[in-house]
Amino acid sequence: MEGYSRKDEGCCQFLDLVTKEKEEEVHARISAFSEEKKLELSLAPPGQDWTTKNPSRFAQNPWKSSHFLHLESQPCSSRAAPDLKIPEKKTFTPANLAVPNNSAQKRTAPAVVGWPPIRSFRKNLASAGSSKFAVEDKTPESKAKENCAKTMFVKINMDGIPIGRKVDLIAYDSYEKLSFAVDELFGGLLAAQGDQGKAMRGLLDGNRGYTLVYEDNEGDRMLVGDVPWHMFLSTVKRLRVLKSSELPTLSHGGDKQSKHMASTPPN
Amino acid sequence: MAYSFPEEVLEHVFSFLSSDRDRNAVSLVCKSWYDIERWCRRRIFVGNCYAVSPEIVIRRFPELRAVEMKGKPHFADFNLVPEGWGAYAYPWIAAMEEAYPFLEEIKLKRMVVTDESLELISKSYKSFKVLVLTSCEGFTTDGLASIAANCRHLRELDLRESEVEDLSGHWLSHFPDSCTSLVSLNMSCLGSEVSFCALERLVARSPNLRTLRLNRAVPLERLANLIRRAPQLVELGTGAYSAEIRSDTFSNLADAFSACKQLKALSGFWDVVPSYLPAMYSVCSGITSLNLSYAAIPSSDLVKLISQCQNLQRLWVLDYIEDSGLDALAASCKDLQELRVFPSDPFGAEPNVSLTEQGLVSVSEGCPKLESVLYFCRQMSNAALIAIAKNRPNFIRFRLCIIDPQAPDYLTLEPLDAGFGAIVEKCKELRRLSMTGLLTDRVFKYIGSHAKKLEMLSIAFAGDSDLGLHHVLSGCDSLRKLEIRDCPFGDKALLANAAKLETMRSLWMSSCSVSFGACKLLAQKMPRLNVEVIDERGPPDSRPEGCSVERAYVYRTVASRQRLDMPDFVWTHDEDSSLRYS
Repeated sequence: MEGYSRKDEGCCQFLDLVTKEKEEEVHARISAFSEEKKLELSLAPPGQDWTTKNPSRFAQNPWKSSHFLHLESQPCSSRAAPDLKIPEKKTFTPANLAVPNNSAQKRTAPAVVGWPPIRSFRKNLASAGSSKFAVEDKTPESKAKENCAKTMFVKINMDGIPIGRKVDLIAYDSYEKLSFAVDELFGGLLAAQGDQGKAMRGLLDGNRGYTLVYEDNEGDRMLVGDVPWHMFLSTVKRLRVLKSSELPTLSHGGDKQSKHMASTPPN
Repeated sequence: MAYSFPEEVLEHVFSFLSSDRDRNAVSLVCKSWYDIERWCRRRIFVGNCYAVSPEIVIRRFPELRAVEMKGKPHFADFNLVPEGWGAYAYPWIAAMEEAYPFLEEIKLKRMVVTDESLELISKSYKSFKVLVLTSCEGFTTDGLASIAANCRHLRELDLRESEVEDLSGHWLSHFPDSCTSLVSLNMSCLGSEVSFCALERLVARSPNLRTLRLNRAVPLERLANLIRRAPQLVELGTGAYSAEIRSDTFSNLADAFSACKQLKALSGFWDVVPSYLPAMYSVCSGITSLNLSYAAIPSSDLVKLISQCQNLQRLWVLDYIEDSGLDALAASCKDLQELRVFPSDPFGAEPNVSLTEQGLVSVSEGCPKLESVLYFCRQMSNAALIAIAKNRPNFIRFRLCIIDPQAPDYLTLEPLDAGFGAIVEKCKELRRLSMTGLLTDRVFKYIGSHAKKLEMLSIAFAGDSDLGLHHVLSGCDSLRKLEIRDCPFGDKALLANAAKLETMRSLWMSSCSVSFGACKLLAQKMPRLNVEVIDERGPPDSRPEGCSVERAYVYRTVASRQRLDMPDFVWTHDEDSSLRYS
């Protein structure tokens, strides 16, 4: 059988690798590996200061680039992050090696999905400031610092779509970007279901088919866009995309609701 | 040679066997034992809900009373499994409704449970007693209301760490006045406020209540009244542990605590005001388990509290405890068996507390019964790990997480191979290991040679080549679960050890170097392995053959390899056409 012989071949080749591997080769590989580790590799053109880029968008796998130099060449080198939309895929070539920036080496590893491995309810504690000492003075700056989590995944559900998704709010720094991302996330699914994908545009102005709302830390349902972005980040618990025809049924916090409906969203 | 024990005698003998392993062994002796055993098995544990189907379980075990099941792989806890992947409880609940009218217990972990499922549970079983949902999601407080309202004999409702859509706290008020059977209630993961009157009345009419874990929304001022109504409590989870500093609140609370002579476990402690901690001192000498992992308490206050708890066996704490606090722990708590230290500021670039490898070394020196550790820190050295291994060869679980995943030995800048090597060499009973830091293939060689009892291994950002993975798969005789992320492991090691994978529950590899071609080959060669390619970039065959898949999840199964609930980003072997993956 075709598959059978292929497996045997792979097996024999691998066992050859195991028996022929000598200590020196192993050590040479290890030292080559640690040399390469010192190079900060990025997807940016060489010479560009990579510390100014949004780390969570570009540097998903800190080890990955050195690994490519290591093993047999992989034709496919780009890897789209599950929750972020990277506009263009850049193929890895040696020309993309950036010279290390000394200050960059002092930083911790750039934000990576699922790292450090702690449950999200432990992460959110830190960003909401609740795990700071009760005696501490809550100055505005310290509150702003508390929102410096590198990822903040919240669930987002959409009317008519049974499966929800998660978005990392730290990846966006404005309502516009969030709106665009949500658009992209669900637009495709809606089109697949036969709905008008175009009605997704302009989630924030409430004039189209759908509106973006969120649930805050008090359990109230609020219109997205009313408060400054920073404040939104510190209170949002989950997002929802509603059919605009259902807006009047926003039940929690009646007064809040009418106040928010009347006001125009900023930016 | 015939022996003729009547069936009833054998059944009676088997009824003394509670462990699954023993029962499984018994069922393999001969056909008649298999048959007798299957009719009298009452409890079942399914470690992977996709390893078997509801139909198969029901056919083999017609008289179950308790079902325990796990769904998503462990890395789902860290958002590595996309939403919608699977692990739906509903098909199981629906199938069991008809088959097991006398079902009493359902325990699920990392599964998607809907309100429909909960409603079905609440209405299907007349003697339903225990519902435990660990790290589950997909349901709302409406589902809880059904359980509260309809399960007349409910004993346990435990929602540990589940993600519940919290519509309101009204669900609690659905417990009828006639419900007096509660033994355990854990609602700590919920956000909304429940009616305090309803809660107090519920507690007051539950004389068997042993475990009460409140949520953060229950204020400290209410705690005393609740505890007073349940002085028989063994496990208590507080709500927010803060209030204005008032002597009457304090003395009220202290009095209430002092009446709880059986209290063994404490948890909760959100928003702690340290001045209120002494209210608990009267119970501290009896406390064996303390979960302070949400509590921002400075080290000095932690030390005052912990030094009262001389019988402490388990401590979960934030890294605010610092090395000095761990020194004090090592000095006072000689019975300590399990320690977990969580990071208070996991994303900060600089350390915010003085917690280093030294704290762990102290505890390993001072606590002779320490066997289970989860430790987050920012620096580690081979010397420290070697010392820890020498001090504490009785480790069963050792999980170390250095915030920078590829940090070398901070003293010598070498890889941490020698340190972890010492751990696996000295700790012969080690069953679970998680490693971080700069690690080469050498550490895997040590693991393969020494870690013969290792059952679960978690690896991230480690290794140099397939040799690393090969060492583990070929050497670790007891391995059941292997989870790997961001390591340069690929096809060769996987294919060379294909047979090993069938002896394990599962293998998870994400952001590694496994090609789609290898996945196809593995699935073709091993018909009882389901090789799931989980890739959100579209069909794997639209990319070059050598391209690595985003995630591969490989698990043994006797069920169909084309599960009906597969989302569009999962590909498995198509049984009809061995060449085409669909």
